[in-house]
Amino acid sequence: MKSLRFILPLLAFVVLLIFLWVGLSLNPREVPSPLVGKPAPTFRLARLDDPAKTLAEKDLRGQVWLLNVWASWCVACMEEHPVLVELSKQGVVPVYGLNYKDQPGAAQQWLARNGNPYTLSMTDLDGKVGMDYGVYGVPETFVIDKGGVIRYKQIGPVTPKALSEHILPLVKRLQAS
Amino acid sequence: MRWILQVMLCLLPALGAAKEAVPAADDPALEQRLMYLAKELRCLVCQNESLADSHADLAADLRNQIRDQMRAGQSDEQIKSWLTQRYGDFVLYRTPVKSTTVVLWVGPFALLAAGLAGLFLYLRRRRERLARPELTPEEHSRARALLQDADPDAAGR
Repeated sequence: MKSLRFILPLLAFVVLLIFLWVGLSLNPREVPSPLVGKPAPTFRLARLDDPAKTLAEKDLRGQVWLLNVWASWCVACMEEHPVLVELSKQGVVPVYGLNYKDQPGAAQQWLARNGNPYTLSMTDLDGKVGMDYGVYGVPETFVIDKGGVIRYKQIGPVTPKALSEHILPLVKRLQAS
Repeated sequence: MRWILQVMLCLLPALGAAKEAVPAADDPALEQRLMYLAKELRCLVCQNESLADSHADLAADLRNQIRDQMRAGQSDEQIKSWLTQRYGDFVLYRTPVKSTTVVLWVGPFALLAAGLAGLFLYLRRRRERLARPELTPEEHSRARALLQDADPDAAGR
């Protein structure tokens, strides 16, 4: 009984330590999206390459696709850009761009300069579609399955690690189902 | 020629004033309601600022969105649920009580109750211990008898 008096505070301290360890290693910028597991919000937006034509999320049903939110003013987008270009060369999964609150001219120049990894990009001039997708920190990337359901959300740049550990395995699984 | 320039120079401040006079809000009551609601909402870009205080682009967009929804006759609850559908409960400074947040709401009170119960038990035991003498006279004599009985050496220790 006497030793319990010393062991109990030690145990409490260890529990506290574990909570702190886990808590401090979480990234507060990564707010879990309530949209994961829900149907992708509907949209119909003008295409960046040809504003006369539009694209809707319905047009992309039946395939697994990535929605990448980007902008020419976005600094972190430069960081993930080579990763996306590389991904598009592999042709594993189509990447659609949501050009978020950008000027179409600047966006097209940006793509011409840095390479275009997108099957298509859509212009979200006022950011309304971004709002529907709960976008708060560009770049963000969504994995959307054949049935149009959001399966994963990457907040911040797509890193090679996130791609190989989370996104690509998920895409393969979704494509097989 | 010079007088034209002078007149124009005199008019310059008027131009500036005209720009400043753009009304911030055409409906003060609605603006007040917006600010009241936005104080309860978290800006996701600068997470320690409310939507009312934040200068982030997204916060301004969301304030406009809320303003539009208020004009369209949406209630505060409807607007909050619109936001949580997109950004999660994280946008609400007042966390709603539900199965995933029960520990958050009840936990501190449970810890407090456990602490108080522990303190109460300790104090009661302590009072009992202090109230009664170390050994009653019968126990004393019994102990001495036992010690002498078992081991004559031990009694002397």
